[in-house]
Amino acid sequence: MLDSPKSSKSSALSAKDSVKKLKIKEETKAKGSAKGKRKQLGKKDEEVDISMASMGHPEIFPLVFTGKTQEILNCRINEDITEEKPYKLLKKEDIIQDMKTRAAVSDFHPVKKIVLEYPGEELLIVLDSEFKYGQNFYLVATEEAKESFLNPPEAEEEEADTKEGTTEEYVYKPPVRKPWVSLGSEKEIEEESVNESLRKIKYMISRVRREFGSKVKFTDRNASSVKDGYIECTSYQDKNFIIKKLEKDVGAQVIPKVKEMSTQTKWTYPRNAATQYFPREFSDEEKELCLSSEDLKEFIISVFLRVEIALQQNEIMNAFFDDWKALAEDESTFGGKSDAYLKEYQSFTDLHYLKHRTVSCVCWHPTIYGIIAVSVTERLSYEERIAQSGKLLLRKSPILFWSFSDPIHPQLMLECPEDVYCFEFCPSDPNIIAGGCMNGQVVLWDISEYEEKLQNAKTGAGGSKNTAVNMPTFIQAQQSGKEPHFVRYCAVSSIEYGHKTVITDIHWLPDYFEVNRMGIAFENRIGVCVQLITCSPDCSILFWDLRAPKPTIQSSFEKAKEEKAIEAPPDVPTTFKHLDLSWRPLIKANLSKSDTSGDYSPTKISLAEEHFHYRMQDKMQYQIKPEIFGDENPYKQLRVPSAKALKILENIPTNFFVGTEDGEVIYSDWKMERESDSGRLISQKPANKYTIHDGVVRTIQRSPFFKDIILSVGGWNFAIWKEGVTSGPILQSCCSSKRYTVGHWSLSRAGVFFIGREDGNIDIWDLLEKTHEPSQTQNISISMITCIKPWIVSSKQHFLAISDNFGTLHILEISWTLSHPSSNERASVDHYFEREVKHLDYFEKRQEFRAKERRELELETQRKKTRVAGGQKSREQMEEQLNINYADFLDEEKKILTGLGLLKATDRFA
Amino acid sequence: MLSNLLFRIQSQKGVQGIIVVNSEGIPIKSTVDNSTTVQYAGLMHSFIMKARSTVRDIDPQNDLTFLRIRSKKNEIMIAPGKSPSALSIKPPVEIPFSQHVSRPSMAQNLYSLKK
Repeated sequence: MLDSPKSSKSSALSAKDSVKKLKIKEETKAKGSAKGKRKQLGKKDEEVDISMASMGHPEIFPLVFTGKTQEILNCRINEDITEEKPYKLLKKEDIIQDMKTRAAVSDFHPVKKIVLEYPGEELLIVLDSEFKYGQNFYLVATEEAKESFLNPPEAEEEEADTKEGTTEEYVYKPPVRKPWVSLGSEKEIEEESVNESLRKIKYMISRVRREFGSKVKFTDRNASSVKDGYIECTSYQDKNFIIKKLEKDVGAQVIPKVKEMSTQTKWTYPRNAATQYFPREFSDEEKELCLSSEDLKEFIISVFLRVEIALQQNEIMNAFFDDWKALAEDESTFGGKSDAYLKEYQSFTDLHYLKHRTVSCVCWHPTIYGIIAVSVTERLSYEERIAQSGKLLLRKSPILFWSFSDPIHPQLMLECPEDVYCFEFCPSDPNIIAGGCMNGQVVLWDISEYEEKLQNAKTGAGGSKNTAVNMPTFIQAQQSGKEPHFVRYCAVSSIEYGHKTVITDIHWLPDYFEVNRMGIAFENRIGVCVQLITCSPDCSILFWDLRAPKPTIQSSFEKAKEEKAIEAPPDVPTTFKHLDLSWRPLIKANLSKSDTSGDYSPTKISLAEEHFHYRMQDKMQYQIKPEIFGDENPYKQLRVPSAKALKILENIPTNFFVGTEDGEVIYSDWKMERESDSGRLISQKPANKYTIHDGVVRTIQRSPFFKDIILSVGGWNFAIWKEGVTSGPILQSCCSSKRYTVGHWSLSRAGVFFIGREDGNIDIWDLLEKTHEPSQTQNISISMITCIKPWIVSSKQHFLAISDNFGTLHILEISWTLSHPSSNERASVDHYFEREVKHLDYFEKRQEFRAKERRELELETQRKKTRVAGGQKSREQMEEQLNINYADFLDEEKKILTGLGLLKATDRFA
Repeated sequence: MLSNLLFRIQSQKGVQGIIVVNSEGIPIKSTVDNSTTVQYAGLMHSFIMKARSTVRDIDPQNDLTFLRIRSKKNEIMIAPGKSPSALSIKPPVEIPFSQHVSRPSMAQNLYSLKK
């Protein structure tokens, strides 16, 4: 359609010609009538203006059709005339009629003349929707142009164009599909094709199941013996294969590939469905029928034996016993030496606080993982100490708290009035620490304020930032400066009533009993540890009570002191302010020597009832107890209960072992006796005393597995004792080349203990492996070992804290073989101890026997000597000899007579 | 006679109970409660079928005679009857199960080695 105006170009020439003719006609007319010449000229000008001659289309006259005109002529835009069909033929008469009726208003007025002169009957009106010629319609003024509009001569033009195109480039023409025309070939194909005409034969071959795969037996047979036993198949030439192939009829046809495809989605209708099933069961009658059937009887009988044998097999011989597993158990006990060593885990030292100082005591924090407390003392001899006494007053040795998370900076430091030689965490509240000073004072600390800090230290050094947020400001300041906080002690005992010399051992009494002034054990109602026992080489063992004494007892002097104590610095916890400087021991027990006047000087003590808090304990345990007292610390409110109300505990042993400065081991009782004449309380005489060690007893400790087995270490040897065996130690080591300085039982293996030596070595003894020498020796340090403390973190991690004389604390990991007992180690160790006790008894008896024998022997030799010395026998001797001989003769005679039955045995006695 | 034999098995040490089922796995006689019987019979039936067909596929002339299942907690012993024909309800299967401590599979290997 768009082509139509273009195509009109081709007919432009002919159109022009016609216009020219038209003009000539007009001119001739104008010449003819001069009258209206002017008018016509003007009109002509108008007409020329209207035509589109300037655009090369003189035959086109643009027109404006108003809505009214469109309606009259039935050529309304978009209704009668559309863009697709922009042509409309109007009858000349209609237009003239329109011009007549509407005169000048008619839209055809400008082209009146053209219309009147138009040779044809119909005029072509074209819609000019694009306003190509300036108006909405245009009129085609000539017949030729009209024809060319209505029947555009496109074909000719296109052909011309294509002709020009082919010369230049090849255009691909896809083959056009044509309908197939049958020429009779299908009949031919049908003839050629092969169709199945015969019916297929079906065979079914079956066989009995049990014959499948079964062995086939072949046997020899004579072919001639049976008729038709032998059939010959001779070869012959098949004539079918002789014919030569001369012609071959082959047909081929190319067909387009055909592919058939289809898709369809099946829509399944969703439905609710349920299935229920129940087991098939027989009714009672059916069951009865089955049970009574012969088949079942047969079956049961046939099967019965098999079942019975199978059932009994398990009882007769257990074929499923795992020998390998049993083997593995034994193997572990022979574990390789390589993994039996202690592995260094961490070591702590401090250049500032530990300079020229030695570690005196080590204690693990009972609840917080990785916290260990170390008390240090000056590394000086007695003379040096006296010489430097002035200087030492200014340098106080603290107790340091180390954490695994920070090997350089101590977490906390406890200020000590004097060098502390021993200390222990309170078993019922790990924030209470009791220590023994060099000057004989007992010190108490309360670190409950810093518990959180220690807890946080445990989480790791990286956590210090977080902890700083929760901390009070003063701790924060210290953390930033990496300066550990000094915790002041909250109470010290009075100097006058306490020990005179250094306190060498301190223990908390267990929380289930307490002792009174007589040393009798009572039940402890509060359930917290309130009493301490200390020992010192000043020949005394003291019992201390943490609770405030009854106010009536207090003298005015003490009251004054107490008032003074209240004015203590504000940062000191007031937990034990009632005790400060006025604290007196509850009991003072002396160990007087039985034979001579004077006392033993104890250095170490071991009670029968002791706390073994070597294990990481559940924190809950500690939290329960304070709840009884509310939020406040229970130790602030302790009062001595009235003694009458308390129940005496009979089964609490009041015996204890003590090691002395001179190497003796003493077994005694702390119960006091009243002296018959004066009525004063005096301590009992020691029950047993043994001198085994050649030096100061450094350790005396009960086995954590057997309450009656005690290890004592001192001088150059160690000994193992059994409570109740009075004849001596059940095991005594030979003297070693180096002095033993400390010992400790293993917490997990009953037969193992560690002994520290002067030269920095650790001897590990395994009583089950060998008892004459340590099972292994390992070097830890270059200086003397001062303290050993094992600790069980978990079943997989056992630590051993070892401190040396230079102030270094080594944390070692105990290897698997040393920390894990074999299957019945405890029983075998117990058995070993029993055996030793028996051996000791036997030894004692033998000794007595030998002594007797020796005495006799001596007598004999003396006799002989006198005989030899005398040369000639004296008269008395001769007579004595004769008497003896006669007595012998009589005896002999009697024997023979009784043997012969001549003399009755009764007669002899008669 | 029949109950006598069953009683003898029941009275063996460690035996918890006996179930007798027919070839289709329908319980005929049981000394344990109903739900347990049904469960054991149903589960064991398919298992025995599988075990039997395994044995027969390996050697068609062979047949399953006894089956013991050792578990961690107990042991199930199964004594199947003659090969079942399609419709017969006769040949029953007996399932005694007894309490025995389990042994690891390694030991079972050892057992077979010992043999």
